[in-house]
Amino acid sequence: MLDSAVSSRLAALLPPEAWLTADEDTRAYECDGLTLYRTRPAAVALPETEAQVVAILRQCHQARIPVVARGAGTGLSGGATPDAGGVLLSLAKFRRILAIDPESQTAVVQPGVRNLAISEAAAAHGLYYAPDPSSQIACTIGGNVAENAGGVHCLKYGLTVHNVRRVRGVLIDGSTVEFGGDALDAPGYDLLALINGSEGLLAVITEVTVKLTPKPLLAQVALASFDDVGRAGLAVSAVIGAGIVPAGLEMMDRAATRAVEAFVHANYPLDAQAILLVESDGTPEEVAAEMAEIKRVLAASGATAIRVSTDEKERLLLWSGRKAAFPAVGRIAADYICMDGTIPRRTLPQVLARIDEFSHRFGLACANVFHAGDGNLHPLIMFDANVAEEAERAEAFGAAILELCIEVGGTITGEHGVGIEKIRQMCTQFRPDELTSFLGVKAAFDEHGLLNPGKAVPTLHRCAEFGKMHVHRGALPHPELPRF
Amino acid sequence: MTDAVVLGWQQRIRDAAASGRPLRIRGGGSKDFYGQEPVGELLDTTPLAGIVDYDPTELVLTARAGTPLAEVERVLADAGQMLAFEPPHFGPGATLGGTVAAGLSGPRRPYAGAVRDLVLGTRILDGRGTELAFGGRVMKNVAGFDVARLMTGALGTLGVLLEISLKCQPLPKAVTVRVLECGAAESLRLTCGWAAQPLSLAGTCHVDGRLVVRLAGAAPAVAAAAARIGGSAWPEGDALFASLREQTHPFFAAAGGPGRALWRLAVKPTAPYADLGGAQLIEWGGALRWLDLDAGADPQPLRAWAASHGGHATLFRGGDKAAGVFQPLDETLLGLHRRLKANFDPQGILNRGRLYPGL
Ligand SMILES: Cc1cc2nc3c(=O)[nH]c(=O)nc-3n(C[C@H](O)[C@H](O)[C@H](O)COP(=O)(O)OP(=O)(O)OC[C@H]3O[C@@H](n4cnc5c(N)ncnc54)[C@H](O)[C@@H]3O)c2cc1C
Repeated sequence: MLDSAVSSRLAALLPPEAWLTADEDTRAYECDGLTLYRTRPAAVALPETEAQVVAILRQCHQARIPVVARGAGTGLSGGATPDAGGVLLSLAKFRRILAIDPESQTAVVQPGVRNLAISEAAAAHGLYYAPDPSSQIACTIGGNVAENAGGVHCLKYGLTVHNVRRVRGVLIDGSTVEFGGDALDAPGYDLLALINGSEGLLAVITEVTVKLTPKPLLAQVALASFDDVGRAGLAVSAVIGAGIVPAGLEMMDRAATRAVEAFVHANYPLDAQAILLVESDGTPEEVAAEMAEIKRVLAASGATAIRVSTDEKERLLLWSGRKAAFPAVGRIAADYICMDGTIPRRTLPQVLARIDEFSHRFGLACANVFHAGDGNLHPLIMFDANVAEEAERAEAFGAAILELCIEVGGTITGEHGVGIEKIRQMCTQFRPDELTSFLGVKAAFDEHGLLNPGKAVPTLHRCAEFGKMHVHRGALPHPELPRF
Repeated sequence: MTDAVVLGWQQRIRDAAASGRPLRIRGGGSKDFYGQEPVGELLDTTPLAGIVDYDPTELVLTARAGTPLAEVERVLADAGQMLAFEPPHFGPGATLGGTVAAGLSGPRRPYAGAVRDLVLGTRILDGRGTELAFGGRVMKNVAGFDVARLMTGALGTLGVLLEISLKCQPLPKAVTVRVLECGAAESLRLTCGWAAQPLSLAGTCHVDGRLVVRLAGAAPAVAAAAARIGGSAWPEGDALFASLREQTHPFFAAAGGPGRALWRLAVKPTAPYADLGGAQLIEWGGALRWLDLDAGADPQPLRAWAASHGGHATLFRGGDKAAGVFQPLDETLLGLHRRLKANFDPQGILNRGRLYPGL
């Protein structure tokens, strides 16, 4: 609950329909894509101008009220989970594309613009916005910047951080600030890099200039089947080792292809233990030459069958299965959690074998979907929250995977962010000195820790608490809270 | 894993922090000219050298900061790979650490990314002498703030780089260089138009009424692009782009001479050509304009012009550094810079004032 005087001061900054406090109105904002954490915010603000954002932040700063920014709420790590005593600041009304400039290959957009809408608007100029998260029909560019989102084409075209020129934002004290610019670099520290992936902890993003990429003349995808998951993993390294940087290089195991086939009928081979999708794009001559090389390497790596798309319809069909992997698993499992570790590519076979071992140990099925070219794993752990202890087992399974990622030299999150989901593993991946340094970066932007508190970077105190929680497993404090 | 060299540096940093006496971090000294005047006692990074890990199939190289840039490039070339941002050496002794700290990229930058785009992780000592690791050796990593990229281009003011992991890329299979005779305005019109098409661009240079374009990639794509942009084959081939990268091209020899100042203007590529009072060399499809001016020229009009075109001006070589090398920051950005500096280097001992006075 907000103090009533503060609440009315805040309400006065917005039209009545843009300030929500009633339970039935705030419910829609109680969680993001990580639905097992739910909290009602004290209020939801729906500003539509930067001046309103400035005014709200200034008020909240003065009154020391937490603020959580939210785009489309598709985040998978709980980054947009509200604070019970704070304001949930939705950028949903910031959905205008302000400019598309084909001459400089840039678009200036408001943060609530959907990822796919940018490419749609740029299409008339033969351009598109390259980072393409699977959630691209729904997620916003503000959320993409905040998470440094990736997609299947990031191996060749880069992540969000590589495709954003300029970010305009508002700091918690209400001052406006611009990171980057219209040039290819900016003076001083690279704060543009810092704001990418900052999970709403440093500033509220109000405008973004993105780089647009010329559309390739042609794209083709090869679907390769393997009778062994490890062999498919080695084929990934073989493709990269041959000097090829495919436009996309994805892998799915049998559990994933089976789930998908039942859902979208992408014509995947159901007997294969794993499949690879390898895309080539460019001029027709370039694609022909690269595809021949890709086929050669895949065959030499032990592919049992290789099929290459012959037209755009078939290419989209082959991708449709990969893009629908999460919802497909959602259909066959009562509940699932999606993990997001990254590992050095060469450890793929070893990591896959260990995940299989964990699956037996924890007694839970797991479907594996990877951005294999980038070594970014998305194991989907299936469970039923209504079965006693299954949720705890799923959590322990997930934690084991993340710790495995750290062990082989990787990281606990490649693109979904830490949020609240992986805040515990931050204590494993980083040493106290590094966490202290992160907290110092946070304080340089937000001294009182009001923007998205409790997310992304744990305090040392919390790490110590987690340590205790691990020891006293049987007696968790606050057993009423969901623990994912 | 902390070796003797690093232990020694930790002690020196702690001593410096205690006494408040600044340290001047230096690799090969090839970029001593860049930025505000270095001050303080020398901390030589060259003893901390060597490639730590390189597996071509990972596209990742990890090396200690004092490793010669030339060694890194040789090892990569042997495996058919490269640092796609084409870092300038500016001298035989250039180190990897200096390359990342200076944050400078060469002719391929608009098409393959800048240093910061390819930095994956760094290990550093902060201004307390504490060893910290950020990022990692994998392609995608969003755990924690992106401090590895924050270190890139910070000119050593936030930490002493110990080790760096970089993304590498395969060498292009084919390279072709074309030339067209045209004025600067026409050159800008052409390069902006080409950039909106899939044309395998890998470098552009306009100087002395000539536009030279480098194309790189798969052989058929390069051939198709060459036909598309027209002009004629450039007899010197890729050597021109090497001379831009290292600033050994005659334009830079003149601009770096006595009584001259070389200005670097990074702007929106579509910024119209403007007579700014001296000869210009235009790179990066219009996004980078080098300007040869009298050493005493007033920086204000340049800074204003660059800012009005979405960018900034840097006094790159020569001239009067007292008036400031880098474009001044606004109040809010300066505040963030100061607080970040205080977080990483509370006593302000690392490369004090090299980027901006007071940082
Ligand atoms: C089916 C499915 C598939 C997905 N596939 C991918 C994928 O392939 N790749 C990938 O990277 N992710 C993927 N995601 C995750 C998610 O879509 C991305 O993280 C996306 O970037 C979130 O955008 P959003 O607008 O929904 O942000 P939200 O979920 O609303 O917010 C995410 C974070 O950003 C912050 N934030 C949002 N807007 C702003 C702003 N304007 N200013 C400051 N902070 C802000 C929030 O506080 C929060 O911390 C997927 C999710 C789903 C549900």
